[in-house]
Amino acid sequence: MAGVIYCYPIRTRSLSLFVPGLAGVYQEKQEESDMAVIDQSKIRNFCIIAHIDHGKSTLADRIIEMTGLLTSREMQAQVLDNMELERERGITIKAQAVRIVYRAKDGEEYIFNLIDTPGHVDFNYEVSRSLAACDGAVLVVDAAQGIEAQTLANVYLALDHDLDVLPVINKIDLPSAQPQHVIDEIEDVIGLEAQDAPQISAKTGLNVEEVLEQIVAKIPAPVGDEHAPLKALIFDSLYDPYKGVIVFCRIKEGTVKVGTPIKMMATGATAEVVEVGYFGAGQFIPCQELTAGMVGYITASLKNVKDTRVGDTITNAQNPCSEALPGYKKVNPMVYCGLYPADGAKYPDLRDALEKLQLNDAALQFEPETSIALGFGFRCGFLGLLHLEIVQERLEREFNLDLVTTAPGVIYKVHKTDGEVIDLTNPSNLPEATEIDYMEEPMVSAEIMVTSEFIGAIMDLCQERRGIYISMEYMEETRALIKYDLPLNEIIYDFFDALKSRSRGYASFDYEMKGYARSELVKLDILINKEEVDALSFIVHSGTAYERGRKMCEKLKEEIPRHLFEIPIQAAIGSKVIARETVKAVRKDVLAKCYGGDITRKRKLLEKQKEGKKRMRQIGNVEIPQKAFMSVLKLDDR
Amino acid sequence: MNEKKQLELYLHIPFCQEKCRYCDFLSAPAQEEVKESYIKALHEEIRQKSKAYEHYSVPSVFIGGGTPSVFDGAAIARLMESLYTFFSVEKNAEITIECNPGTLNREKAAHYRQAGVNRISLGLQSARDEELKLLGRIHTFEAFLKNYDAVRSAGFDNVNLDLMFGLPMQKRSHWEYTLKQAAALAPEHISAYSLIIEEGTPFFQQFEEDCLRRDRGEAPYYLPDEDTERGMYEYTKEFLKDQGYHHYEISNFAKPDKVCRHNIGYWKRENYLGLGLGSASLIENRRFSNTRDLNAYGRGFYEPCDLQILSVQEQMEEFMFLGLRLGKGVSSREFQNAFQVSLKHVYADTIEKLCRQGLLKKKEDRLALTSQGISLSNYVMAEFLLS
Repeated sequence: MAGVIYCYPIRTRSLSLFVPGLAGVYQEKQEESDMAVIDQSKIRNFCIIAHIDHGKSTLADRIIEMTGLLTSREMQAQVLDNMELERERGITIKAQAVRIVYRAKDGEEYIFNLIDTPGHVDFNYEVSRSLAACDGAVLVVDAAQGIEAQTLANVYLALDHDLDVLPVINKIDLPSAQPQHVIDEIEDVIGLEAQDAPQISAKTGLNVEEVLEQIVAKIPAPVGDEHAPLKALIFDSLYDPYKGVIVFCRIKEGTVKVGTPIKMMATGATAEVVEVGYFGAGQFIPCQELTAGMVGYITASLKNVKDTRVGDTITNAQNPCSEALPGYKKVNPMVYCGLYPADGAKYPDLRDALEKLQLNDAALQFEPETSIALGFGFRCGFLGLLHLEIVQERLEREFNLDLVTTAPGVIYKVHKTDGEVIDLTNPSNLPEATEIDYMEEPMVSAEIMVTSEFIGAIMDLCQERRGIYISMEYMEETRALIKYDLPLNEIIYDFFDALKSRSRGYASFDYEMKGYARSELVKLDILINKEEVDALSFIVHSGTAYERGRKMCEKLKEEIPRHLFEIPIQAAIGSKVIARETVKAVRKDVLAKCYGGDITRKRKLLEKQKEGKKRMRQIGNVEIPQKAFMSVLKLDDR
Repeated sequence: MNEKKQLELYLHIPFCQEKCRYCDFLSAPAQEEVKESYIKALHEEIRQKSKAYEHYSVPSVFIGGGTPSVFDGAAIARLMESLYTFFSVEKNAEITIECNPGTLNREKAAHYRQAGVNRISLGLQSARDEELKLLGRIHTFEAFLKNYDAVRSAGFDNVNLDLMFGLPMQKRSHWEYTLKQAAALAPEHISAYSLIIEEGTPFFQQFEEDCLRRDRGEAPYYLPDEDTERGMYEYTKEFLKDQGYHHYEISNFAKPDKVCRHNIGYWKRENYLGLGLGSASLIENRRFSNTRDLNAYGRGFYEPCDLQILSVQEQMEEFMFLGLRLGKGVSSREFQNAFQVSLKHVYADTIEKLCRQGLLKKKEDRLALTSQGISLSNYVMAEFLLS
């Protein structure tokens, strides 16, 4: 019932496109479609956008169910979310598409291509490319919650792509629903005509048909000349071990069919088309050709998703279009951390696993690095902390690896006195202080929507996180949109959690990158028993260094078990120690009595003790639990 | 006769008058008929199990609990009779019964003695009534003194007193008082245990947070801090040594020739058979225990549960972590004899490390815990696990 906050776990890219339960990774329908010739005016390409939990996936399910290409039995709870991780988190991780047929009340059959978009800021660029593949967007707003930060961010993104936005009021079956209030809000705040927005319950199916009718009536049919040179937008791709890369695309102009020589205009990769087709629910259905206005897939024996970057334009290599579609950019990692196998012998396994994930995740980057504390591992780059978490989880879950992760950090720009500029992704590589002229850190523009009673608390939070106040405007009497510029490194760890707790859940949040700004940064080193532990070093703003150093020492004191000797834990900047804690030596560890010769119990106790030690990392003569290396993440736990 | 293998017997009496607040033993108050049917089942178990041990002689019997002294002299006498009938109990076997103050009188004690019991272990725990109350004991120190007199006047010349230190709110001076009071009675044997707050006990609920604080090295609110507690232990060792007691096991002290032979058997991995509910056995490198289900036991279910056949590696581990409880420690010659491989061959690195850390000391052929090693005995013993 409380307000919803837009907070992380939301999305990543996935290996498997298909609904679990269907045999194998890949299921083909053998019959070729007879719908090779399609009337462009009967196509509707759209996506559904919403703030998290407003019912996007549920509505997608209903639409697919009601258009009848999938029987109820085939329906998993949420058809479009099909990765195991997605199910567990209840979120959509990978952009996906489905083609369905709707027989409208006018008696005509329409082809709907529903393109599902990821919804986390880590994947903002991919969202934008998914939107670019559509002609319209269905905006789902929760009748009880109203507009949230992400609603706005999504709508603006959709409008930027010239999409027609069709508002839908969801969850009207909730007792707390205020559909008319929300309609007014949409009109006032966003400026969209919303009086005749369908008032639905995606959960029960109530009025969902009206949504389908409005899609037919209000979302424009695609335009584009099927005889023009090929121009297709890649909005996603995935790697299949048998077919190679499967490219998801929207044909803007021209036609593509088996044998067409194609070229990716940005990466320059070329190949000959092996198969084209469209997306059934849970299956790929081959067809003769894809023509302007259609959404479908292409396979062409490409071996790596690096060749088929999201946003790139596919054209005909022999008859190329004059210019690529706008908006392509190479996505670069924003957050870096070290990933190390807990068991050093698993280093090759970790490398193989990362390579496999990368086949399907062009944004994931990694390169080998060595830590004195942790041995051989990789410095990995991610789009954001969620992306990091998901990769980490997949490595552990799908590849059965036990990992030690170092504190994530952003990319700092180090301007050296000799004029050289370094992109710093690993704190250990920070040059000597004397060689540094100044440093810069990445900033974001953040928009936070919050009810008025929590404005003070949220502004305090932004202030604490070194935010620069930009503006505040009231969206309505009791809600305001606050804008701040914030350093990225202040929000990657726990900003969402802090926001949630300080607003009791009544705040929502969105942000976008905003370049670099000069900043007073220092490297904080951690010494355990007088030895510097490289894997625990991190970059921090000089103003908060003392505080973070102190908290880090406190946290490590909790994490490091007592040893036979006293262990000093120190935080230092250069040679100056700024904080210190001590893990006292253990004085007593004794089991006085063994009951009536019950030795098994004694053995179990000893085994448990020994087992605990195996999960430790030996640094000097101190054993440090693996999770201690993530301690810096938890410094602000309340 | 002398060629017979030996077998220690443990008889478990899972009843008490009232459950102590720290106690997580398999024991509870019960109604008379429950106790009676239990004793019947125990007799039957003795009869059935004895068949497999015809070739063993019994050098020690320990009737433990619970509070075995909830049974009167006649009941215990019948049990002893069963043992004598079905097992070859050695003539000078050590036969101990655990008794709790408040459940004894002279007549009962005399009856026990008549039945063949020659050693009594009394659960004094503390000489301070407020501590006894906190522990949930049913007796006062005065009641204990009466029972002690009864035991002595019944002719027992081998008596143990169980004591506990490190109690909540206990100060060093409190413990010194208890220890002095106990020693003044000149019992032949004293067991001094450091209180362990076990999960599932009322004490655990009450002092869990305190335990966690202490484990983290912070100052506990109620329990003595680690330094105080270890100080109590050090004091115990010195004081009892002055009083003529030999510190032969981590928690046990004895006058010359009065060590508890039964207890030593556990640490030296002698064969022992547990009879009664939930009791544990070690027979020729097989460990097993009886059911812990009172109803099943009452119905005559005596099958061994949790049977574990010890591998050679496990035997070696036990040899070390059990043997090191003894003041004398372990003998490398005995290790060699038992396993046909040298101690050094198996444990050289571990021993070297622990000696360097000052936790183990070598003396001729033997290896024993140092006093710091005793305080950290779990750590030391875990180091001897091989996998």
